[in-house]
Amino acid sequence: MRTLNVSVLTDAVKTLCMEANYDLGDDVIQSLRTWKEKEESPTGREVLDKILENAAIAGKERVPLCQDTGFAVVFVEVGQDVHFTGGDFQEAIHEGVRQGYQEGYLRKSIVSDPIERKNTGDNTPAVIHTDIVPGEKVRVILAPKGGGSENMSEVKMMAPAAGIEGVKSFVVDRVRRSGANPCPPVIVGVGIGGTFEKCAQIAKRALLRPVGSRHSDPYYAALEEELLDMINRLGIGPQGFGGRCTALDVHIEVHPCHIASFPVSVNMQCHVSRHREVIL
Amino acid sequence: MPKPKSITVPLSDEAIEDLRIGDAVLISGVVYTGRDSAHKRLLDALDRGEQLPVDLTGQIIYYAGPAPAKPGHPIGSIGPTTSYRMDPYAPRLIARGLKGMIGKGNRSSEVIEALQQYKAVYFGAIGGAAALMAKSVKNAEVVAFEDLGPEAIRRLEVKDFPAVVVNDCHGGDLYKEGMETYRRD
Repeated sequence: MRTLNVSVLTDAVKTLCMEANYDLGDDVIQSLRTWKEKEESPTGREVLDKILENAAIAGKERVPLCQDTGFAVVFVEVGQDVHFTGGDFQEAIHEGVRQGYQEGYLRKSIVSDPIERKNTGDNTPAVIHTDIVPGEKVRVILAPKGGGSENMSEVKMMAPAAGIEGVKSFVVDRVRRSGANPCPPVIVGVGIGGTFEKCAQIAKRALLRPVGSRHSDPYYAALEEELLDMINRLGIGPQGFGGRCTALDVHIEVHPCHIASFPVSVNMQCHVSRHREVIL
Repeated sequence: MPKPKSITVPLSDEAIEDLRIGDAVLISGVVYTGRDSAHKRLLDALDRGEQLPVDLTGQIIYYAGPAPAKPGHPIGSIGPTTSYRMDPYAPRLIARGLKGMIGKGNRSSEVIEALQQYKAVYFGAIGGAAALMAKSVKNAEVVAFEDLGPEAIRRLEVKDFPAVVVNDCHGGDLYKEGMETYRRD
């Protein structure tokens, strides 16, 4: 049994909130650089150039890449041999978000009630997904999620008869209908299977994979590449101004499902793909 | 990409007629921020027959809610938010003299028609390039609805703010044309 004071969790979340919002991942930067060379549209190349310049400014000046510093989505994998002391586990995470968004000059974008819409003023609460895993470590992944791309996401309960072609047309059509709204170039998280809520959750998890990485199953790896090609034939391009580079990548996650069900989900992610993690 | 056109706010009808979809522009002068809640309040004020807290004649609204300013900076990171959410409000403001909007994403047919009828223009800014765009903001002050926090209306003095003409007053739509140009079946 390992004892861990929840203040360690608060400090970790606070730091991750700032780092995730200031520093664009190397995988995204590398992909944007590659696309800057390949993009056929002159306006598209200019947009990619400005996105890269933005990342350099944000990283150097320690200011947020995007003004929408997102909903703080936190994935925590807790080793079953860890015993938290010193306070409430979830409140410790919310406190880390509170401190990180306040001290990091990050925008507070959360309203307490979806109808009344009053800003909570400190970007809390976080959305917390907790898994209990073997061991005595705690892995914390913080993924701030912007509203523009989240709004273009969808879960569809398809009939099993729709099959693989149904998946392809749903995913590609979701990107086509989103146009410029989710700030392309996007990263497309796809969930196939599970229940209604599991399907959405695995699409979100899929967004945590590095750009350029492929699914471990060759079937789904090939499907990711095929979908990426189909999406980049749409012509939407950087910021929707027209061009080849509509998506930097497509990541699929799969889960077993009910004999009657075939849920498919798309979680859209803008080019400001933010996620940072730490192991405690 | 051709050399950007420098334009100054307030925008004249002649300046607007000169703009075509795909034009890169550098905007200088004053722009006002406004997004969901601020638009609702502006339209509620019109419904009650009240004066608007800012005179929008010839002006540009930037659909944006900035990050907090760090000490020594006039403003925090400030990129565009998605424009369709302001579509229900925009035509009425355009009819009252609003000449430009900066945002990202498709507009409704009602907004696009209003641009033609009243000679106005919709600019797309680069979503997510918010630290870069903050560099173009030289001064910022809250002028209405301070209680809305990031959604308050701010008066920004901008110099060479980069944007692209997405919908012009001639009925052009860069999102449609750009996609058609680069689509591969």
